[in-house]
Amino acid sequence: MKVLAEGEGERLAWMHPDEARRWMRDNKSRALVDRRMDISEAVRRFTRDGEYFAMGGFGHIRVSMNAIYEMIRQKRRNLIMAGKTSVHDVDILIGGGVVDRIDCAYAHGHELRGLSPCGRRATESGRVKIVGELSNAAFQWRFKAAAMGLPWYPARVMMGTDTFRYSSAMIVEDPFTGSPITLLPACYPDFAFIHVHRCDRYGNCQIDGTTIEDVDLARAAKRLIITTEEIVDDDVITSEPGRTVIPHFIVDAVVESPNGSHPGNMPGLYYSDEAHMTEWLRLSRSDEGVKEYMDKYVYGVEDFDEYLGLIGGEERMEYLAKLERLEVPLDAPWSRRGK
Amino acid sequence: MSYNTTELMACVASRVLENGKSIFVGTGLPIIATMLAQRLHAPDLLVVFEAGGIGPKLPTIPISVGDSRTFHKAVMAASMDYTMGMAQAGLVDYGFLGAAQIDKYGNLNTTVIGDHDLPKVRLPGSGGANDLGSLCHQTITLMRQDKRRFMEKLDYLTTPGFLTGPGAREAAGLPTETGPYRVITQLGVMGFDKETKEMTLLQLHPGVTVDDVMENTGFELLLGEVKETDAPTIEELKLLREEIDPSGIVIGK
Repeated sequence: MKVLAEGEGERLAWMHPDEARRWMRDNKSRALVDRRMDISEAVRRFTRDGEYFAMGGFGHIRVSMNAIYEMIRQKRRNLIMAGKTSVHDVDILIGGGVVDRIDCAYAHGHELRGLSPCGRRATESGRVKIVGELSNAAFQWRFKAAAMGLPWYPARVMMGTDTFRYSSAMIVEDPFTGSPITLLPACYPDFAFIHVHRCDRYGNCQIDGTTIEDVDLARAAKRLIITTEEIVDDDVITSEPGRTVIPHFIVDAVVESPNGSHPGNMPGLYYSDEAHMTEWLRLSRSDEGVKEYMDKYVYGVEDFDEYLGLIGGEERMEYLAKLERLEVPLDAPWSRRGK
Repeated sequence: MSYNTTELMACVASRVLENGKSIFVGTGLPIIATMLAQRLHAPDLLVVFEAGGIGPKLPTIPISVGDSRTFHKAVMAASMDYTMGMAQAGLVDYGFLGAAQIDKYGNLNTTVIGDHDLPKVRLPGSGGANDLGSLCHQTITLMRQDKRRFMEKLDYLTTPGFLTGPGAREAAGLPTETGPYRVITQLGVMGFDKETKEMTLLQLHPGVTVDDVMENTGFELLLGEVKETDAPTIEELKLLREEIDPSGIVIGK
């Protein structure tokens, strides 16, 4: 195959497929063993400074906030984040000093809420480095390549653009059509956290609603930590095996984290907490504000339960559940700025 | 009934969307326009969101293109793999995008203002935009028009329009018979010349002159058969204000 162009981005988290197969053979237990532990142990055992990682969900939807706060508390440093629609997750991790490089499809934005003051300030000042650019489909299919044990995956995206130029992909002449086609390098994150609706103690998971990239990301990650709203009896899983989207034999740890996506949305259970998001967006306009937020919500609490108490506890979560069910109107304080 | 330019853009954009087609929708104003079209002339517009929501009945404006509203009463809650695969396989008619900068060939920048490695303003990046611009049959862009946004040379080319002109998309390897279709701004509606693929003025909003548009465009805009936009109707405005965005999150108060 003739190589027509090569992106300038750093090719990170790539492995030869045979090396990946050895990893899967030697490190993933096929046994139905109890994988439950608390978040502090999971972060201590499965995450290391300087590693490349991904968060499941969609940046502020079904995201493992418990794990994010714990990585900040344990002072993980110099991590490279897969910016695959990274929104509140990456912003908080930059603010917490954990992430200093981003492999970037989407970061520095809060979707409808506008740009992220914290993430932008870090990248514009050079504190955070963008090691590569790519598109969302490209990230999805880099995970798919890894999930399938392939060195790359072909796709008809990014061609002709600077997004390709700054990516770690290649464009080759497709031997079937004779036309150029993009080859996306497999992406094997050192670790990933994925937040799910329910799983059993072994790690067999169900997700309600969209799975986003998580089915492939789960198989791509070298170490996979599941945080879950609920741990259910074994027969909840085995009575409906067609609903299992992540199986136990690729899972390394299971952490029970009720309300664990707050302030993000957990489809079917609770909507995003826009008052809390507004507080973060306001405070994160300065480094002092970021410190104030971290002191209050991350360092000032023992664990996620204490954090939930701080944001209004059961009453607040009940309101967010009503909002999710469309029983109360959305109030978005950030939308009133400057209007 | 008086209206603001955001409401005008939402109404004009919604009228472009045909019933029975499929559309891949980005954050913000494109969602509002899509919801309006669904409630008026295009009840069978198949809406696709990149995170996996397909065919939802959007009850209220989603904050994220991945939040639970994007698969409310949907026909399918799928995955990024599925929706992007759908677009690559030719099942998505329109990609609906916003941008910070655009050039005469409809190429878009949503990544960075200034130098990539030392940015003046760092923007989110491609997200799904490059994929929509590469894979959907046609793309529609909704954005503000001024000389800093409509420019001869982009600071960064995130999402492909017609790239460098006729034949460039095909030469690059992108699917054939694809590319930009409409650009909708607070001043008017632009299309692209069939031969040269250059941006062409097609429509002026009420009270806007050709000169107004030219003064707010940083490249040579071609003139088509320019028509005047019909002002937003009371029905459109009521739906926008009372049903689609009652808190004024996108359209303002």
